[in-house]
Parts: sequence; C-alpha cells; structure tokens
Amino acid sequence: MRFSLDAEQRAFADSLDSMLTAADTPSVVRDWSHGDHASGRALWSRVAEAGVFSLAVPEEYGGVGVCPVELVLAFVELGRHAVPGPLVETVAAAALFTEPGPAAKGLLPPLASGEAMATLAPEGSYALDADVATTRLSLTPDGVRLAPGHGPLRTSLDPARRLAPLAPGGELLAAAPSVGHALAYARLTTAAQALGVGLALLDRTVAYVGQRTQFGVPIGSFQAVKHRLADAKIALEFARPVLLGAASTLAPADVAAAKVTACEAAYATARAALQLHGAIGYTAEYDLSLWLTKARALRTAWGAPQECRDVVVSGGDRRW
Amino acid sequence: MDLAFTQEEEAFRAEARDWLAAHVPTPLPSLETAEGFAAHRAWEAELAADRWSVVNWPEAYGGRDAGLIRWLIFEEEYWAAGAPGRVGQNGISLLAPTLFDHGTAEQRARVLPPMATGDVVWAQAWSEPEAGSDLASLRSRAVRSDGGWLLSGQKTWSSRAAFADRAFGLFRSEPGLPKPHQGLTYLMFDLRAPGVTVRPIGRLDGKPAFAELFLDGVFVPDEDVIGTPGEGWRIAMSAAGNERGLMLRAPGRFLAAAGRLRGLWTERGCPQHARGRVADALIGARAYQLFTYAAASRFLEGGSLGPESSLNKVFWSELDLALHETALDLLDGDGELADTDWSEGYVFSLAGPVYAGTNEIQRDIIAERLLGLPKGRR
Repeated sequence: MRFSLDAEQRAFADSLDSMLTAADTPSVVRDWSHGDHASGRALWSRVAEAGVFSLAVPEEYGGVGVCPVELVLAFVELGRHAVPGPLVETVAAAALFTEPGPAAKGLLPPLASGEAMATLAPEGSYALDADVATTRLSLTPDGVRLAPGHGPLRTSLDPARRLAPLAPGGELLAAAPSVGHALAYARLTTAAQALGVGLALLDRTVAYVGQRTQFGVPIGSFQAVKHRLADAKIALEFARPVLLGAASTLAPADVAAAKVTACEAAYATARAALQLHGAIGYTAEYDLSLWLTKARALRTAWGAPQECRDVVVSGGDRRW
Repeated sequence: MDLAFTQEEEAFRAEARDWLAAHVPTPLPSLETAEGFAAHRAWEAELAADRWSVVNWPEAYGGRDAGLIRWLIFEEEYWAAGAPGRVGQNGISLLAPTLFDHGTAEQRARVLPPMATGDVVWAQAWSEPEAGSDLASLRSRAVRSDGGWLLSGQKTWSSRAAFADRAFGLFRSEPGLPKPHQGLTYLMFDLRAPGVTVRPIGRLDGKPAFAELFLDGVFVPDEDVIGTPGEGWRIAMSAAGNERGLMLRAPGRFLAAAGRLRGLWTERGCPQHARGRVADALIGARAYQLFTYAAASRFLEGGSLGPESSLNKVFWSELDLALHETALDLLDGDGELADTDWSEGYVFSLAGPVYAGTNEIQRDIIAERLLGLPKGRR
C-alpha cells in the first residue's frame, strides 16, 4: 500500500495548473457563457495538447492508455480554473467504447487529439453544450446512437453550462456500450472538477478575508470567519483521498462516495465563500461567481447526492 | 497510488484475524467501572501474551516492530472483531511516543514493558481548573528537591485516573518567565504516592471516567522527568501532535462502527429517514481510512504530520458523534436506554469534540497554521 502521488503525477498536475493560470480562464468562461466559443475551443486544444483527453483513450486509438488517477488530477485542475465545455462528457464518451471495434476506431482518435468534442446523455436527459459538441452521443435502450441534433437550449444556474435534450434517432454506433464504465468516469471526473472548484473558492476566500478590513482589522482574524473556512478546508482535504481512492479502485461505491464527498465539500465551500465575501460575492461581475455557480451545477450533474448515497448504502461493490 | 497490501501484509492480517477470532471475549463491563477496568486490564495482558497489544513497538518492549501499515491492518481487524476498548490507550498512544522521541533508554526499558502488558495503566494530567484550552497557563508546581521534584497543585479531567496506576503531565518548574509556555517540565508520577489524592468525577452517565488529582508535596525522582526540565511544552506538543495525529483513533474503529450502523439500519427495515445519514457514516469512515492511508504513506516517505492533525481530530470526533446519534435515532424509543449496544459508545463520543484540544482550538489551528489567516482574539 502506497497511497500517494509520485513525482511525475505531481509534475503533471503542476504543469496543467501553470498552463491554465496563464490562459486567463475567467475571460474564456465569460466568452463561453455569451455563446462565443472561439477562445474556449482554443483552450480545449491546449488542454488536449497537455494530454488530458488521451488519458481516457487506449494506446491503439491514439491515447496513452486509460489512467484514472491522472484523469482525476487533471480534472481537479480543470475545475480549479473553471474551464468550460463538455470535458466530463468527452471522457465519459471515450469510456463507452472499451471494446475494440469500428466505433472505437472512428471515435476515439479525434477525442484523444482534441479535434472532437463530445457530449452524451441518456435519451430524454439533458446533454451539456450540445450546440458546441462535434459528437453527440445518445444512450438508448438499444445502444449508443449518434444523435442527429439537439432540442432547445436551456441555461444552467452556471452560465457557462447550456443544456439541451438530444434529438432522437441517429446512427446506432454500438449495441452494447460500456455504460456502467462511462458513468463511473463521468462521476469520477465530475467529482474531481468539483474538488478543484472548491479549492479555488477556498483560496480566493482566504485571500479576500486576509485583505478585507473592518473594525480596523482583517476580517480573517475573526474566529467566526476562521472557523467557517476551517470547516471548508476539512471537507476538501477529506474529499481528496476519497477521490483518489475511487480512481484507484473504480468500485461503484467508491466512485459514488467520491461524488458525494467532493460535491458536498465544494458546495459547502461555495456557501462559505459567498457569505464571507458579502455583497461583492453576490455579483455576476466579480469572478468568484464563475466558481460559485459551478459548485451548484456539479452537485446534481451525473448523480445527485441522494442517488450516490443510495449506491453506497446498498452495498454493491462496497469493500469497506 | 496503490491500495493493495503485500502478501506479507495480508498474511499478517490473516494471523491477526485468526487470533482475534479465537480470543475476543464477550462484551466486557464498562471500562469506566472498577469491575470493567479490571476486566479490560486482564484483556491487555491476554493481548500482550501473544504480542498483540503494541504491534508497532520494537520487539524489546513487547511489540512486533510491525510498522505503521501493519498497525493500521491490525486495528481494522481488531475493531471488526468486536474487541474491547483499550484501557492502555493513554499510555500507549500519548506517553509511549513521547518516550520514544524524548525519553532515555532507561526510561523506555522501565516504563514501556509494563505498559504493554497492562500491569501499569496510565492517566493524563494536563488540564487544571483554570487551564483548559489555554493549557500553557497551568499553575501546578514542580519544585526542585534533593534527587527530584516536589509536585503540588491540582489537575482535573484526568481520564482513567480513577483506577489507573500512574500519570504523566506538565508542571511549572520555573515561574515568572515572560511567556506562559516557558518553564514547564514534563513528569511521570505514581497516583498512589504519598501526597496524591484522587477524587473520581462522574461523567455524563455517572461513571467515573475521569478524576481530579490533588497534589501536595508529591516526590518525583529525577529519573521520571522526560527530557530537559523547562522544555516540557515543546515535548508535550510533540505528543499532542501525535495525539491529534494518526494513532489516537485508528480508522478500523469507525469502519467497524459504520458497518454495525448499517446492520442496525437493515434490522430496522431500512427506514428512508436515516438512509442518507447511514450512507454518510459509511462514507465518512471510508474517507477517514483513505485520509489515514495517505498520511501513513507520507510518513513512510519521510514526511510528517504537523497541523494537518487538527483536520483529523475534528473529522473523526464529529464522525463518531454523528454515527452514534444516527444509531440512537434508529433505536426509536429504545434510543434513550442506557444499556443498549450503542449507549456507552454514544456517551463516549460526546466527549470527542472536547478532549485532546477542543474542536474550536483545532479550527483556530487549521485557520492560522494551514490557511495562514491572521491571529486574533480567541
């Protein structure tokens, strides 16, 4: 048992963090929210060049082999920088095709390289960013279909996310895709993204309460403020090993536990961040809003808290 | 990133499991009664006879040199087997690490073996009536005497002291220094020495789980001073770091309790109202296990656990309480009874957020030392 990251894994996360820090992601998120996707597509290519999507694709299809731990590390950074787009869906789409075949051969290489951007949803559910995605996959009772289009777009509480049902019908790509596997990857990477969102919210709030002065002192010196942030820190620091544990075992109960833990931690941190920023935090103009709204959206994406708790309590593959 | 144990570790797990299956007694009377204390002391001796009482200690002192990973494995098996609470816990997880770091070879050879067998059970003597969270303001004195020190003053909330043999704690040996944490000395003393009066205190359920200690000229020989006189605060804080750290509460304890809670919930017909709380107990126990595995891995790579141990202490104490509260709620009308399988654990869990540094103090440490927020008034 060696439950720690190696130097290479740490370096990978650090380099992604540096790249995204330099990319001025808040302005990209705002463009994306306004329906201007050019800067977001450019950032997508850079994320792909950094190797993120190839972590979800086997070597024979242009990836580096499926690496759940590295994927989790990457998605923490993507969440930390609020990168927009169907990131989770693209990874989950790749995970659908674990069996070699024509569908895998056609779909996976462009996903790995970043040329393609996939979204997917069970038939009748909302798919994320279906207007921007180049590959729209619909999970139907008879298999996975290439959806011919999408229905009306609805905005999310997170303005960087737009949701639409996929159009019915379309070419049947595979009759027995690995739906459980794809769901596990969707949950895992959503959880990782949520953890990154929570970490960003905590960092920004710690910085804010350290410089915001009232009654002649930084508000961060008040115990009521400290304890709220201490609780956020505890929740986030305990979510991290659950997430890495889930990436190590991929057991449904571990993945569900990671989803609950990371999303609850991120959401609690968002509430603390909003409260401690006061009115400025409640404005759309202030960048904190990019993470605040995402923490809410990720909570119910790919498995609401109660659904994930049910998986844990019902046992399934729980080994603990 | 590897959660798998080696073949040798799995063999160790199997050996522990087999031994426990053959030896774990039916539930003992409460540890916090004279009868229960004696029964738990006998259990310590039984563990020690086959070298299971302190598996991570060196063999010379009664351990197996098993290391941290095997200690974690042993604890998982121990609690899963429904084995009794450990009456030797204070000594084993607080005093022993201090002796390993700051004691002399003579002290280790003299103190550790009878601690491992339960022949000597240790109590803590930290808090005083006017020194709780602000522990450094303590006033009990250690005055230099021929060949040793004379202790006087009052200690309180001394866990296990009602029935224990010896105690360890901090005493002011040089009063009047500029800062309160200066001039303190770490000493061990006999609870039956002349000048010691032990007055048991009933905890919430009336059982004498702790005691007040009145000290009136109690002689302590020099050989029972740990480290340099006057350096007690630094030495004690390294123990407190340990106390709040990995070894005070093993993850196995909460994994077993969460598993039992799930069993209770199932017996009760899987009521919907408690489903989420049962799931949260299971998830919390798993989170604590994985957090501890990560910390243990850092240790093995040469890292340390500093203020991070405050995260740990808040987490397990709140998990333990929530888990027991859920169990009592599941018992419906029986939840208020004092003799259910859950009542003793519930009463014990109520103290968790208070002892070993209150959770408020821990949150201050997290905010100031991990997040870097400015110090302010407590």
